Amino acid sequence: MMEEVLLARIQFASTTLFHFIFVPLSIGLALIIAIMQTMYVVKKDEIYLKMTKFWSVFFLINFAIGVVTGIIQEFQFGMNWSAYSRFVGDIFGAPLAVEALLAFFLESTFIGIWIFGWNKLPKKLHLACIWLVSIGTVMSAFWILAANSFMQNPTGYVLQNGRAEMNDVVALLTNEKLWVAFPHTIFGSFATGAFFVVGVSAWYLIKKRNVDFFKKSLAISLVIGMLSGLGIAFTGHAQAQYLMHAQPMKMAAAEALWEDSGDPAAWTLFAKIDVENRETTKRIDIPYMLSYLTYSEFKGKVQGMNALEQQMIERHGEGEYLPPVKTTFWSFRIMVVTGGTLLGLGALGLFLMFRKKIVESVWFLRLLVVGIFLPFIGNSFGWIMSEMGRQPWVVNGLMKTADGISPNVSAGQILFSLISFSTIYTILGIIMVVLFVKFIQRGPEEQPEEDVSATDPFETGGAGHAVK
Amino acid sequence: MPLSDIWFILIAVLFIGFIFLEGFDFGVGMSTKFLARNDLEKRVVMNTIGPVWDANEVWLITAGGAMFAAFPHWYATAFSGFYLPFVILLLAFIIRGVAFEFRNKVDSKAWVKTWDWAVFIGSILPPFLFGVFFTSLIRGLPIDGDMNMYASFTDFVNVYTVIGGVTFVLLSYLHGLLFIGLKTVGELRERANATARKVYALTGVFLILFIIFTYLDTDAFTDHGAILIPMYGLAVILYGLLFFFLKSKREGLSFTMTGLVLIIIMANFFIALFPNVMISSMDPAFNMSIADAASGDYSLKIMTIVAFTMVPIVLAYTIWSYYVFRKRLTGDKEHLEY
Repeated sequence: MMEEVLLARIQFASTTLFHFIFVPLSIGLALIIAIMQTMYVVKKDEIYLKMTKFWSVFFLINFAIGVVTGIIQEFQFGMNWSAYSRFVGDIFGAPLAVEALLAFFLESTFIGIWIFGWNKLPKKLHLACIWLVSIGTVMSAFWILAANSFMQNPTGYVLQNGRAEMNDVVALLTNEKLWVAFPHTIFGSFATGAFFVVGVSAWYLIKKRNVDFFKKSLAISLVIGMLSGLGIAFTGHAQAQYLMHAQPMKMAAAEALWEDSGDPAAWTLFAKIDVENRETTKRIDIPYMLSYLTYSEFKGKVQGMNALEQQMIERHGEGEYLPPVKTTFWSFRIMVVTGGTLLGLGALGLFLMFRKKIVESVWFLRLLVVGIFLPFIGNSFGWIMSEMGRQPWVVNGLMKTADGISPNVSAGQILFSLISFSTIYTILGIIMVVLFVKFIQRGPEEQPEEDVSATDPFETGGAGHAVK
Repeated sequence: MPLSDIWFILIAVLFIGFIFLEGFDFGVGMSTKFLARNDLEKRVVMNTIGPVWDANEVWLITAGGAMFAAFPHWYATAFSGFYLPFVILLLAFIIRGVAFEFRNKVDSKAWVKTWDWAVFIGSILPPFLFGVFFTSLIRGLPIDGDMNMYASFTDFVNVYTVIGGVTFVLLSYLHGLLFIGLKTVGELRERANATARKVYALTGVFLILFIIFTYLDTDAFTDHGAILIPMYGLAVILYGLLFFFLKSKREGLSFTMTGLVLIIIMANFFIALFPNVMISSMDPAFNMSIADAASGDYSLKIMTIVAFTMVPIVLAYTIWSYYVFRKRLTGDKEHLEY
């Protein structure tokens, strides 16, 4: 049984993490492309049309992989986690079904119309299509996070018929966790798209290629990146406050606090964690910081894992209740550092831009190129912290992860699917990188100039985008 | 009518929409190998479904989500029970989905060829697996008293399910050929229609075999003969009419016929299942009824409100999207968008 649980968890983690490389980039790029196309329609300047088309090449490659990995995401609950699905389907399935009805249809229909409709629709109607795609991606995030928030902080349910049944949809959708996680994830996604455009544009500016084109791209994306960075910081702060009272064990693990903290509580930058002996040594602390993070004031203490574990044992009986402390602790730090760095890059970038010095600041442009990877790292570790920190629960306080797996699926079967899927993920990942590099190197001058139908559609590689 | 019955019908409608729409996508995908003779034709063929295949696939995803939400036990039993077939199905969907996007991104023969195969395999495997899935659902599967399914290879793969799978493949192929006939011009259009006439007989044989084996291998006719006999009868009549429409080159009517046959066959699976969602081959007492598998009334009520608001909107813009791309692809620059 342990084997099956472990394999099913690896499967879930790999699928979700892989899927979430593409999702935030799609959400972010959809918005940026919609903004660029809006500028084209409003200002009637061809350069914005060129920008829209250039960046949409990456958006569409990325979107395709996001869509196909998303199908596995939806199937795997039933396949690997049938006991979980039976237990929560009534309340957890509903947002997924609504997501499909409200968001998936919208984005997939209008992306088809948008790709193929350049010359078939009036300009403004065509522009509306990409906005609907963007809205679809954001709505999709809302509904999947509504489902995830139930796992983190169950609300709106009643336990009957041996399962969690929905009895209050308003409570489900006003879940406090949802309203901190949704904006945090969305800003993270906007930042992912923005810093991708920022980084690629910086690369061109270093090479002095298409300077005007990429200065404009950089300006748009830097502003979005900076605003998103601020959004991430504020909503991250809200997440910490939420965690403190709703999931204190996750917070304690994220701080590697075994005993209750002092008052005011310090935030640990770095420490040596000894899980076996339940002690954390060699802490490098920032005083007052944790109190501020969790209570928005410079006082207040934070409970440690030993006391919280005792409470859990009293409530749920004997058992293991500690999440993987080191993973939670370090994921949190990696996430915070990447988020902070992004904010710094955004601020400095805007400063240099307003001083009209950004094109000459090659050292800084190089940093921006590296900055492409930061949001991806932050996104992934944010989810690792969120999901690992919830362990051993799959639904916090209601069902343990180990009790959620499919009893009729053998370790061999899971291993087979795990190997198949990870192989295909690896191939898709490599292809994505190769294609991205190829189209970045090719540059916008090689992209179809105005309407794509002017190039010969039958020549391989003739049309730059949407070659289906 | 209890809400759970409404949701049973809604899920049936989603699968019907899926097989009608993705049916021709699958057929078009198969046609890239069997019909198109060169790269130019392959691209035209793929173009016919370019704007719509992604949204068509969402019908399946929504059906899956609706099963999860409205019938958690059905979703859990079926998805874990069909573990390996579903892994293969997912792999097929993955390679097909990215193939459309990747195919012409690199100027290399080997690259293009690889993704052509991906389109083909990804288009022929899913209809086969769906045929297997639905035939085995009404045939009965080893489901125990805890609603867990422990199927062996022969539960999935036997004469009836293979016939079901092949029937779905052939019908989809025919449906796709007729779609190409509707969406192209000139030689390709002629050839698509000619090929449809050639495939007609074989597909008809499998359709009849499929109905016979449904009678022999399942309890469907015993339990629901009063509805199923006229329904299958209608399917056969419509398929017979198709012969004349193909001959007189009535493209729109021909396409409508294959569509209706697919719709009837899919609907019949749900009629045969009713009032169950899964049939146990171990003991009729272990059959999972609609009521047993369903979510609570509150949850169903909320989702009913959402579904009845959203489905008309979705249908409206789906129809609009087909309207936008209503013109045939001539292959000249004016009409082909990429």
